[in-house]
Amino acid sequence: MVILERNLSARYSSRRFKLMTASTIKHLVLILLAISFVFPMFWMMSTSVKPDFEQLRWPPVWIPNPFDFSNYPNAMNFEPFFQYITNTLVYCVLTVVGTLVSSTLVAYGFARIDWPEKNFLFILMLATMMLPFQVTMVPLFVLFKTLGWVGSYKPLIVPTFFGSAFNIFLLRQFFMTIPNSLSEAAYIDGANELVIFWRIIIPLAKPALATVALFQFIYGWNDFLGPLIYLNDQSTFTISLGLQNYVSSYGTQWGLLMAASTVATLPIVVLFFLAQKTFIQGISLSGLKG
Amino acid sequence: MKGGDGDCYYSRRQVHMANVQTEVMSPVKATRRRRNSLQAKRERLFYILVLPWVIGFLAFTLGPMVYSLYLSFTHWDLFSSPRFIGLGNYAQLSGDPLFWQSLRVTSIYSIVSVPLGLIVSLMLAILLNQKVKGLSVFRTILYLPSVVSGVAVSTVFMWVFNPQFGLLNALLGELGVKGPGWLSDPNWALPSLILMSLWGVGGNMIIFLAGLQNIPVSLLEAASLDGATLWRRFWSVTIPILSPSILFNLVLSIINQFQTFTQAYVMTNGGPLHSTLFYVYYLFENAFQYLNMGYAAALGWILFIIILVLTMIVLATSKKWVFYQGE
Repeated sequence: MVILERNLSARYSSRRFKLMTASTIKHLVLILLAISFVFPMFWMMSTSVKPDFEQLRWPPVWIPNPFDFSNYPNAMNFEPFFQYITNTLVYCVLTVVGTLVSSTLVAYGFARIDWPEKNFLFILMLATMMLPFQVTMVPLFVLFKTLGWVGSYKPLIVPTFFGSAFNIFLLRQFFMTIPNSLSEAAYIDGANELVIFWRIIIPLAKPALATVALFQFIYGWNDFLGPLIYLNDQSTFTISLGLQNYVSSYGTQWGLLMAASTVATLPIVVLFFLAQKTFIQGISLSGLKG
Repeated sequence: MKGGDGDCYYSRRQVHMANVQTEVMSPVKATRRRRNSLQAKRERLFYILVLPWVIGFLAFTLGPMVYSLYLSFTHWDLFSSPRFIGLGNYAQLSGDPLFWQSLRVTSIYSIVSVPLGLIVSLMLAILLNQKVKGLSVFRTILYLPSVVSGVAVSTVFMWVFNPQFGLLNALLGELGVKGPGWLSDPNWALPSLILMSLWGVGGNMIIFLAGLQNIPVSLLEAASLDGATLWRRFWSVTIPILSPSILFNLVLSIINQFQTFTQAYVMTNGGPLHSTLFYVYYLFENAFQYLNMGYAAALGWILFIIILVLTMIVLATSKKWVFYQGE
């Protein structure tokens, strides 16, 4: 009896031991991965507050001593980063408005209203997602040049008012999940299609709209090729273009460059932490419901 | 894409009405006419709603595509008028070593970074899907870098890859390894960028994670009761259920990686020795630095065809390996 019990408890504890080691290993691996993912950003911020003499020290100084924040005002003096950020904010907000207005309406058309050639148009729209921007890059440049828009934000903003395939697709997927019985009931009560859209569909679709707005904002913030092609006056630069300009002129002053990079990424990082749930919901929505 | 039965509740009801009406007398005819005009109204509304996209498609996609095709048969420096040269650009491309180099660079980059990115993001997702303490913290940390992309990331990685004082060689130095010159070494520049691309796998990871959370626990339990090993459960349950997410990530990754540009422009300028001359970088150079608009248009069309063919191949084979639940 005693032997059996001891045997059992030994076996039990060895099993528990196994489970515990497995869980420890899992957590260790994750912690290592997390550290390696965070490290470049940590390194960026750490460099940005290092006094010059510590930057090129070997082995590197991980945590600066003392903290030296002078790189920030210095970087701001060399390059009008504040102006860049204002430009980028205005640009992002306008494209978000354009995308929301156009993509929502188009998506509603695709989701709810029946029409013989709807499927053909829908598939055509999905196909445009596969089209690389570079195919139309040259002719679009020519078009906007003829219109006299090059040098302004118009080539970057106006097209967003005509809907983008990915956002339309995402919103359409969401609209399809709203039960028809809701709008049907409103219809019987005498509401017309637009009232239903505005009073019933839009309030229900708020999470999806937030996702689209967020993705569009981030896209605008990070976009480089578009601004590079269309903007040529430094006072109109977006943050990514301004940062690139800065890199090409101060290529080896790492303290300044990292301060500038921190300024360029911090707003997105803050936004990410504020709206984390929306991000994760949105990205899952885009990938799955077919 | 399943159409969804809710699509056309109106038309179906209307068909039903129409059937009844043919047999019944005239008073109903008024209703019928009203229904028909209602249907017409809804169709009109569809037109109006979808119109912005159609206009945008014609003005910013189809029109430019056709124009681009035309330009690809011309020689044009943007100032004089385009001169038609037939297949001249394409002939020139086939003998242009830089074109082949850019195609080679982009292909190697995609062939390595697409599968590598998928495998790493899948492994991360599986790790996160275990019972882990602090899941949301890990998820945040692993996902965040993919949101912060573009020029700032390129700048940071230029510093990370710095041969003398960068983070990477500092860490290797602590391990007693003398790191390579990374971006300044023609043999290491492209691998450096591939390594860097792994930093942004968070988006794919989230999609996989959502897919993994869709797997019914009962299914895995049933499999393990039947004696399936961990490995077997992975290949016979997890992978098939995840296959739609794999397809989605695969297609988008191919499209994205073939369009790599920012890193080449900011970090390496296509060098050293053209070792990071990405296709789109070469296209950009031709269009906006050498003003070879016709040549650039031809490059654009070839890129389009490559991506189209690759996507079609993936989609065609997907019928064999993608499984949709509930079918």
